[in-house]
Amino acid sequence: MGAEIHGTQKFNESKRTEIKFSEEAMATAKLLMSNYPQGKEKSAIIPILHIAQAEFGGWLSPEAMDYVAEILNIRPIEVFEVASFYTMFHLKPVGKCVFEVCQTSSCWLNGAEDIVKHIEKKLGIRVGETTADGMFTLKVAECLGSCGTAPMLQCGASYHENLTFEKVDRLIADYRTENKQKNYTDLDYKNTL
Amino acid sequence: MPRKLLIQNVDVPGISSLETYRAHGGYASVEKALKTMRPEDVVEEVKKSGLRGRGGAGFPTGLKWSFLAKPEGVPRYLVCNADESEPGTFKDRFLMEKTPHSLVEGMITSAYALGVHTSYIYIRGEFFYVARILENAIKEAYAAGLLGKNILGTDFSLDCHVHVGAGAYICGEETALLESLEGKRGNPRIKPPFPAVAGLYGCPTVVNNVETIAAVAPIVNMGGDEYAKIGIGKSTGTKLISASGHINKPGVYEIELGLPVEEFIYGEEYCGGMRNGKKLKAVVAGGSSVPILPADLILKTANGEPRLMSYESLGDGGFQTGTMLGSGGFIVMNEDTSIVKNLFTFTRFYHHESCGQCSPCREGTGWMEKILQKFINGTAQESDVDLLWDVQGKIEGKTICPFGEAAAWPVAAAIRHFKDEFLEIARNKKFVDISHYEKLNGGLS
Ligand SMILES: Cc1cc2nc3c(=O)[nH]c(=O)nc-3n(C[C@H](O)[C@H](O)[C@H](O)COP(=O)(O)O)c2cc1C
Ligand code: SF4
Ligand code: FES
Repeated sequence: MGAEIHGTQKFNESKRTEIKFSEEAMATAKLLMSNYPQGKEKSAIIPILHIAQAEFGGWLSPEAMDYVAEILNIRPIEVFEVASFYTMFHLKPVGKCVFEVCQTSSCWLNGAEDIVKHIEKKLGIRVGETTADGMFTLKVAECLGSCGTAPMLQCGASYHENLTFEKVDRLIADYRTENKQKNYTDLDYKNTL
Repeated sequence: MPRKLLIQNVDVPGISSLETYRAHGGYASVEKALKTMRPEDVVEEVKKSGLRGRGGAGFPTGLKWSFLAKPEGVPRYLVCNADESEPGTFKDRFLMEKTPHSLVEGMITSAYALGVHTSYIYIRGEFFYVARILENAIKEAYAAGLLGKNILGTDFSLDCHVHVGAGAYICGEETALLESLEGKRGNPRIKPPFPAVAGLYGCPTVVNNVETIAAVAPIVNMGGDEYAKIGIGKSTGTKLISASGHINKPGVYEIELGLPVEEFIYGEEYCGGMRNGKKLKAVVAGGSSVPILPADLILKTANGEPRLMSYESLGDGGFQTGTMLGSGGFIVMNEDTSIVKNLFTFTRFYHHESCGQCSPCREGTGWMEKILQKFINGTAQESDVDLLWDVQGKIEGKTICPFGEAAAWPVAAAIRHFKDEFLEIARNKKFVDISHYEKLNGGLS
């Protein structure tokens, strides 16, 4: 195990020992693993990586992936293989709120490019960058299944649809005040499982 | 009044709860199937109904079910494909969000028919909040004895789990979905063997779309023969169409198959016509993968017959003058739309989403995106149109999974029907950026 299989990020032994799920998260992970037949617990890798991302600052560090490998009793490379395949996993640090603006056809037809430009101007960053205060990351995404309410963006678990400049401005202001990490798993995953 | 079988109750307050859903006749198909029918009777009704897969390919569901291998002592699985990522498609999300029990009901009835005791709903990761809604519905169903051991006091037992993905269009392809469900990268498998023989964990598996599974409930309730009377010819039943683009009323509509396309676009009950009174230029009728058609060919077939919303009518004329019903992702474009730029967004999508296993797909999608980029930034030459045509033709039929075709067809169709638009951009050495952005009401300015 080491840095070389984790792409651009360095593996840090001392950080690795600090990494640990909360009790709740661990209970959820165990529950998720029990959804699959015995010996097939690896199936839970994606759901567990979502939890890891939520627990460890919104992205998957090499240490976090190593930890997930330990939980699932598989090799770290198997975790990296999966984490690097799916676009929802961030392998580099991101802001608290990651704006993913859909740029595919229906959204484009309805002004997605203007929305992207507006956010760039408003936040003073380009697509792919994070604001200096670590609050916002701007990304573009492919069709998010919300084409009838285009243009739209996703931030954490929330869909923001029928976007206008005003709506975007309000969203940014609200998230600034809230100052909270937005995760895909935000919606109380502990309560519904 | 057109018949609605899937989303007729979405406006009923509280329909996402089990209590309200049952008060409106929900779970009748489970009662009927488990208590009065043998599993093979249910399969027979689905066969008679003529139901065809709603995920895009339109394969007869009853037939697919009859292929399921049944070796002794080996578990079988039912997997619901809720990966819905085809650009233009958002019908499954609508159904699951508004009336989650419709899917759970369909899962139970279908699993009973197939002799399945473990089932999964694989939902795209971005729909996390929808996954929560489904999990709640499933929890309610367990509590009411509709899932778990000895359902409704019978000796049929079933578990149902929601499994979230993490953003990868290719996981909608059924074998990639199974790989992903097994905890791996979503790389499609070489077929055969088909999932019906060796699917999840190497066991016989049926993969069906959300809408397909939900349709099993009304089929069992009304009987396959009754269901087959709805629709037209071999396009039986109702279909969810998700409409987007330059129309007055984007959204999800349940139509009886056979509805004229013209009525769908202009009818008040459906899309409500073109926004701001603009003219119709083109339609992508079944999700990004199906060939785009110009206005005259989407409204009428090449023979001048009115084009209908059915597998056969949309397909009339083959790829020369026709298209496909696909997933029902209906994208409408007005006269100001640049077909080239729309195609660019599709091709960028396919390049981004290729799993990378086959070189024609991995390299070809990237190459097509690069060529189209030249049209956007004004450096394209006339010969680039032929190059683009050549590249798409070298992907089709040469890949592990149908993603290759899905990426090639939109390019071929755009060139076939709108070649002049490409040539004009190449000749003028400039991408003419005619108002692509609809000014939303008081919005973008
Ligand atoms: C690239 C690709 C993407 C697909 N995406 C989906 C999808 O998001 N949802 C879906 O139901 N089927 C999708 N399919 C079709 C599935 O492979 C499969 O045919 C379908 O789930 C079968 O269900 P059905 O018979 O009920 O339609 C896709 C196919 C391909 C080749
Ligand atoms: S056709 Fe494309 S998506 Fe399908 S297996 Fe090959 S590379 Fe992957
Ligand atoms: S095109 Fe943007 S959500 Fe589908």
